[in-house]
Amino acid sequence: MEEPTTDPHAEETAPSEETAEATNVVAGVPGSVPAPSTEDVTMVIWRGDEHGGEFATYHLPAQEGEVVLDVVHRVQATHAPDLACRWNCKAGKCGSCSAEINGKPSLMCMTRMDSLPPGEPVTIAPMKTFPVIRDLVTDVSYNYEVAKRIPPFEPRPKTADEEAAGGYRMAQIDVERSQEFRKCIECFLCQDVCHVIRDHEENKTAFAGPRFFARSAELEMHPLDVNDRRELLREQQGLGKCNITKCCTEVCPEHIKITDNAIIPLKERVVDASYDPIAWLGRKILNRSKRTAREAAASAPSKGPAAIQPSEPVSGVPVAGGD
Amino acid sequence: MVTKEDTIATPVVLGGVRGGPARVATLRKDRWWVQPVTTVTVLTAFVAYATWAAFINKDYYVGAASHRDLISPFYSPCLTGSCVPGSHPGSVLSWWTISPALLILIFPLGFRLTCYYYRKAYYRSFWWAPPACAVADAHNSYTGESRFPLIMQNVHRYFFFAGLVLNTILTIDAVMAFRQPGHGIGISVGTVVLSVNAILLWLYSLSCHACRHLCGGGLKVFSNHPIRHRIWKLLTPLNAKHMAFAWMSLVFVALTDLYVRLVASGTIHDAGFHF
Ligand code: SF4
Ligand code: SF4
Ligand code: FES
Ligand code: FES
Repeated sequence: MEEPTTDPHAEETAPSEETAEATNVVAGVPGSVPAPSTEDVTMVIWRGDEHGGEFATYHLPAQEGEVVLDVVHRVQATHAPDLACRWNCKAGKCGSCSAEINGKPSLMCMTRMDSLPPGEPVTIAPMKTFPVIRDLVTDVSYNYEVAKRIPPFEPRPKTADEEAAGGYRMAQIDVERSQEFRKCIECFLCQDVCHVIRDHEENKTAFAGPRFFARSAELEMHPLDVNDRRELLREQQGLGKCNITKCCTEVCPEHIKITDNAIIPLKERVVDASYDPIAWLGRKILNRSKRTAREAAASAPSKGPAAIQPSEPVSGVPVAGGD
Repeated sequence: MVTKEDTIATPVVLGGVRGGPARVATLRKDRWWVQPVTTVTVLTAFVAYATWAAFINKDYYVGAASHRDLISPFYSPCLTGSCVPGSHPGSVLSWWTISPALLILIFPLGFRLTCYYYRKAYYRSFWWAPPACAVADAHNSYTGESRFPLIMQNVHRYFFFAGLVLNTILTIDAVMAFRQPGHGIGISVGTVVLSVNAILLWLYSLSCHACRHLCGGGLKVFSNHPIRHRIWKLLTPLNAKHMAFAWMSLVFVALTDLYVRLVASGTIHDAGFHF
């Protein structure tokens, strides 16, 4: 997926002005180099690795009908064979080509060049919320660690009728609501744009992020699921940290209404479980209980925080290299 | 298939180099600031007008002398001893001597302040957390709504109930406005204004996220509750337009007050006819 594979000598192979093929490679502030002709496209791409990096500028002839990923591939072919980026499907379905195009988290394969302001340089940076491996490739392990801490589907036992019929029976109206969340392609653009962790690195120790709120909502709305994740979401997964500012919804390439259909319904469920005195009274009278965070998390593959502070505490976003 | 290796907890260590420029709030080049600036402008204008209208304590009722029964939504229900004659069902709270609007406006204020949509709007535009997507948050530390005071946003559903009571009263006001004392039943610009205002306020309340949850969204198995599922189905498309209703009802409620105020002060005449 990562091409070319990570090069341990990145600095030595990074493009420089001596690179014969690089036409006018200028490092520096994006947008500082005007395109020589409107027929050309100017790509300002962040190059670097775990030691730091900077923007490099490439001029290419424009071609009709291209998406940003096509142009990145042409930069690889003609200017910078060592430029690393992830991609796989070129159809907006694999979720690998996430980057920040002109500052907006987007899929490179789904952003048409003609949707960007014509004649202006196009800036491409890696996702800011995750540490850089190389160039446009980031280490998204944090998301996989969160995923391990989401308690999986926990179905109720089958009824006698269902046993006889050979399996569970569910009504269409009960399953259709959570279908929306199954469209997720795990591009992690929502996790990238979410300011809770984008601008406050330390929150990663106690925040699941929009993609995983959508996953929990899907399970909480599943008609067969019997787990109760409300206390887990409130205490350990940082649902309360989300301030419903909807950036996750704005960037989701699958147009999942993450905030309206997953996060706010979860917040309302948490109100039922923890903040509504009448709901509390109702639970007492009807003798209903709720699961504690620990009980809810018991079936999750992993426990504990998804991220930890190093010995020197980190807060805010670590300063990017270059500049 | 999930293998054992996949599930071993190996928490990531915070930190590491990030791509993009340092010390730059955003690489966005579009006009991302238009939305926060618009929000600040409209909300500030509304708050300024509403505060003025609430404190001025006059010109909120057009009564029998002009063959009308129009009350400003900011002053209804008028419950205090200071209410002008005809505007209230009887002075319930005679000890309240300052503007009766202050007593009423606490509820819509609380409702809108804790509304999920307005929260988004003011967190972005006033608090800059974040001002726009992929534009850096203006604060060094951040706990969101997980602590006091913002944890109090969770009372929203109780303000929703209070909102329903007020909507009912404003609906009664709108219906009563069709009685033109001394003339009989009639229609005037004022009745239309009050009716549209009531409808917009209902659309705003019914599209509320807490309403959608309480009516059916909180259920796990819809098929056991067909009626609540029906209601949820009806509310869901309204909910998708909650932002639009929030702005429309906000602007219109101020315009309604303004209209009643202009008529009550004699600046304009409430055109209409009667049967
Ligand atoms: S709505 Fe919540 S989860 Fe989504 S980006 Fe904003 S703060 Fe993050
Ligand atoms: S919810 Fe949307 S933005 Fe988030 S990972 Fe899934 S597809 Fe990507
Ligand atoms: S390459 Fe698969 S989503 Fe872009
Ligand atoms: S009124 Fe906006 S969410 Fe309830």
